[in-house]
Amino acid sequence: MNAKQLKDKANTLRIHVLDAIYQAGTGHIGGDFSVIDILTCLYNGVMNVSPETVDDPDRDRFVLSKGHSVEAFYAVLADRGFFPMEDFLGTFSKLGSKFIGHPNNELPGIEMNTGSLGHGLPVGVGMALAAKLDKKDYRVYVVLGDGELAEGSVWEAFQAGAHFGLDNLIAVVDRNMLQISGNTEDVMASGNVADKLRVYGWDVVDVQDGNDPAQLLKAFEHCKERAGKPHAIVAHTIKGCGVSFIQNQAGWHHHVPNKEQYEKAMQELKGLVK
Amino acid sequence: MGTACKQVIADVLAETAPKDKDLLVLCSDSRGSGSIGPFYDKFPAQAIEVGIAEQNLVSISAGLASCGKHPYAISPASFLSTRSIEQIKVDVCYSKTNVKLIGISGGVSYGALGMSHHACQDIAMVSCIPNIRVYIPSDQYLTRFMMEKLVKDQEAAYVRVSRNATEDVYTPETKFEFDKAVLVKDGTDATIIAVGEFVSRAKKAAEILAEKNISVRVLDMYCIKPIDKEAVIKAAQETGHIVTVEEHSIIGGLGSMVSTITAENAPCKVKVLGLPDAELICGTQEEIFEHEGLTPEGIASEVEKLIGK
Repeated sequence: MNAKQLKDKANTLRIHVLDAIYQAGTGHIGGDFSVIDILTCLYNGVMNVSPETVDDPDRDRFVLSKGHSVEAFYAVLADRGFFPMEDFLGTFSKLGSKFIGHPNNELPGIEMNTGSLGHGLPVGVGMALAAKLDKKDYRVYVVLGDGELAEGSVWEAFQAGAHFGLDNLIAVVDRNMLQISGNTEDVMASGNVADKLRVYGWDVVDVQDGNDPAQLLKAFEHCKERAGKPHAIVAHTIKGCGVSFIQNQAGWHHHVPNKEQYEKAMQELKGLVK
Repeated sequence: MGTACKQVIADVLAETAPKDKDLLVLCSDSRGSGSIGPFYDKFPAQAIEVGIAEQNLVSISAGLASCGKHPYAISPASFLSTRSIEQIKVDVCYSKTNVKLIGISGGVSYGALGMSHHACQDIAMVSCIPNIRVYIPSDQYLTRFMMEKLVKDQEAAYVRVSRNATEDVYTPETKFEFDKAVLVKDGTDATIIAVGEFVSRAKKAAEILAEKNISVRVLDMYCIKPIDKEAVIKAAQETGHIVTVEEHSIIGGLGSMVSTITAENAPCKVKVLGLPDAELICGTQEEIFEHEGLTPEGIASEVEKLIGK
């Protein structure tokens, strides 16, 4: 799938995410739209995992550390056939549903439960270490939020990843500069994340437009080619990317659109899908 | 004096490692405290050091387990059970990973080092999370029996042991049942239900009371979770009085669990003995026990008070 096709797919999946959140009356639309291009790339060419290989010991592993962006994750997995899209859209957040408001590893294709921040990268270190111990070639991908970088456990894992030389570990930071209370730099400044991670001993790729599949694919390709160090992709994204009045607004972290907003957002998203 | 339970854990892990290549030991700069240094020397490919990072210790273990490894995370109980509690809750229990957490130097093992190093909340903290079992073995023989079961199963468990050698309660011939209380001594007037360090003391308390013609049953509830409910109900019905003793806060531990079971199923008189809800006095483990009246004589006296003699 080329970059253009990936972008079209991501925009189509944005429509499903909008539907799911509007119908359920809950969700984290800002982060979903920020990360969905990254997830679409990962599950449509970058990662070696499919509905047929969910139990294959050699499959690539993925952990969504910013678990609140689960609607984007469910949409991408459903699109790839891990489970029916209508199951996600029809039951998301409803009583008894497996489609919980954070990743649920009782669903096919989801490795670990997350939700509380600062857990995914340390878990990813364990997974990547297991691959090294077993002399297997699979890679481990973890997507973190930038607000999440304030959690100390993340930095324990950045230190451990370099210490163990886990070049099969790829951490993607969804650097959209916003978190629930406002700008990340006002809430708790992360500063130059790429520079910090280089100091921690990671191979870092700064992706200027983290919502552009072409740039993301190039970065993922780079990670596959370089050995010796764990990899970090700092993806400079736009929170709420794709809808004019949602993007770059901290208030849309978990705001649910009303009918009018839903219709306007739907119209804009449909305009993006050619 | 017997053998330290942590040594038996290290022995069973070393015996199992050659047969189970997926078995891994992880420490957080805690090899010496865990008596696990020789394991690191003998099985370097199955031993991982994560540094002083207990949260990472648990999460890395969970990641390893999700990829089919059998990790044993060994760290002081105080840090493992409270600093890493969310990693236990989310990465181990919620994600259902087969991680065995070994809390060493439990209770007030580190006596004079102060409250930061005491683990008197761990039973309460860990037991109320679903998908994990909790064990506090009382001596080397029970520890071996328990460990030989744990190395074969695929579910999470938290094991707490003391720092020091623990007096033998059993013999190599003693037969145990997994997840069933051990009947250390039978009796009819009252039951002492104890765990860990206090099982040998409870046994001695029963001996003191026997001389006064008070017949006391002693149960070793090493399986704190799943607790042997049947044994508690039977003790309540048959002896009418229960004294619990544990190296844990009197809030939320063995005593609380036993009280709930009796209240709901077989109401009887219960006395909960343990460490007070307060900062503890500076001293060795033994001195703290004595200061709190947790000696065989002190326990015997509480039994007498409870049965009204």
